[in-house]
Amino acid sequence: MIEISHVDKWYGGFQALKDCTTSVAKGEVVVVCGPSGSGKSTLIKCVNALEPFQSGQIILDGIKVNDPKTDLPKLRARVGMVFQHFELFPHLKIIENLCLAQEKVLGRSHDEAMAKGAKLLDRVGLKEQARKYPAELSGGQQQRVAIARALAMDPIAMMFDEPTSALDPEMISEVLDVMVDLAREGMTMMVVTHEMGFASKVAHRVIFMDKGEIVEDARKTDFFGSPRSDRAQKFLSKILSH
Amino acid sequence: MFASFDFDVIGRSLGYLFFDGMTFTLTLTGLAALGGLIFGTLLALMRLSGLKLLGWIAGLYVDLMRSLPLVLVIFWFYFLVPYIGQWLTGSSRPIRVGAFTSSLVTFVMFEAAYFSEIMRAGIQSISKGQPMAAQALGLTYSQTMRYVVLPQAFRNMLPVLLTQTIVLFQDTSLVYVLSIPDFLGAASKVAQRDGRLVEMYLFAAAVYFAISCVASFGVRRLQARIAYVH
Repeated sequence: MIEISHVDKWYGGFQALKDCTTSVAKGEVVVVCGPSGSGKSTLIKCVNALEPFQSGQIILDGIKVNDPKTDLPKLRARVGMVFQHFELFPHLKIIENLCLAQEKVLGRSHDEAMAKGAKLLDRVGLKEQARKYPAELSGGQQQRVAIARALAMDPIAMMFDEPTSALDPEMISEVLDVMVDLAREGMTMMVVTHEMGFASKVAHRVIFMDKGEIVEDARKTDFFGSPRSDRAQKFLSKILSH
Repeated sequence: MFASFDFDVIGRSLGYLFFDGMTFTLTLTGLAALGGLIFGTLLALMRLSGLKLLGWIAGLYVDLMRSLPLVLVIFWFYFLVPYIGQWLTGSSRPIRVGAFTSSLVTFVMFEAAYFSEIMRAGIQSISKGQPMAAQALGLTYSQTMRYVVLPQAFRNMLPVLLTQTIVLFQDTSLVYVLSIPDFLGAASKVAQRDGRLVEMYLFAAAVYFAISCVASFGVRRLQARIAYVH
């Protein structure tokens, strides 16, 4: 479903991605990990063209992302994205956050969008909060709303960019629970995270990145059993030692 | 000291001062603020569009307007607008433009330069993650601006925009140079007719002061409320 081949990206003179090649099959859950600044977030933002890249190509469900003729808003509407800092729209109520793009992008009627929004809020356990503003919710609740907002667009795949790293520890599990459910229902997911518990529970594959390169791209069991590269071993020993 | 003054002149002319003069002043302030905000927001979007030419044009316009004294612009416009109208419509004679229309156009164009700088700061105060999240949902650039960025920028900047509108309210008194009966113009007419300059100008100053003070107080209250909600 997602084919990333030989992607290079520079920020001025700094190369953020170096010849990255990987793919994600339909229904597959891929965890992307690595030290900070290694290009993980940049990689998944390239998938829905939120970040442009200079060479290589990405094909999403048969559509070439870096083709100038591609209708990017339309393409992005089909990929759900969840950000580290939630990025709910603070001037809109929770339910309006869920309805906006459904109505303006997908052209759904207000009633239809409201019904879908209410259903998804219920699914993430936040039906009662529909009429509140984002600032009235906890971080964990806001992130669950952000997931519901992305799901409201009926995406073919979901990208998560460090969804739990801005959260207080006690709120991490409520967000991960939602993501685990989603993975078990067969959603195609790319997840940038350091939550190795999540990775070992639901991931099919783990990608380890360092300095803009994909150093290791392995099945979960292989990755946790015996990572081939020194860098991945070091990284794992650091984050698993606590 | 006040023995030779006659403050009754104020009471006698209240109807004219407020029904005619103040109505004109407030209408001009309101419409100019609205027009200036719309045009100013467009200028701000041009400057932030990333398109060099558009940004350059908007920047030049803003700098030009901010470097000219308002009185001069009011004067120039009053004399130029009929000819521009003639040129635009291809008519054989200068278009007759009322003093109100002319001054409204002037204030919209002049205020737009100031409002655009406020809106530009407002747009830049929104974190990059917001437009990114909107785009990730499939919103186009213009939808992102309209539904996500501008409403937030406007709300954050509302106190500053209103403060600028209070300044505008005071500045509208400059249309007096076109002999328009705005509030100050009306007061000035009565003053000269009845030979009561000191009384009328004192009263006019008091009215401007009172309205601006109350409005500023209102803005401060609003600012506190916005800060609380965030």
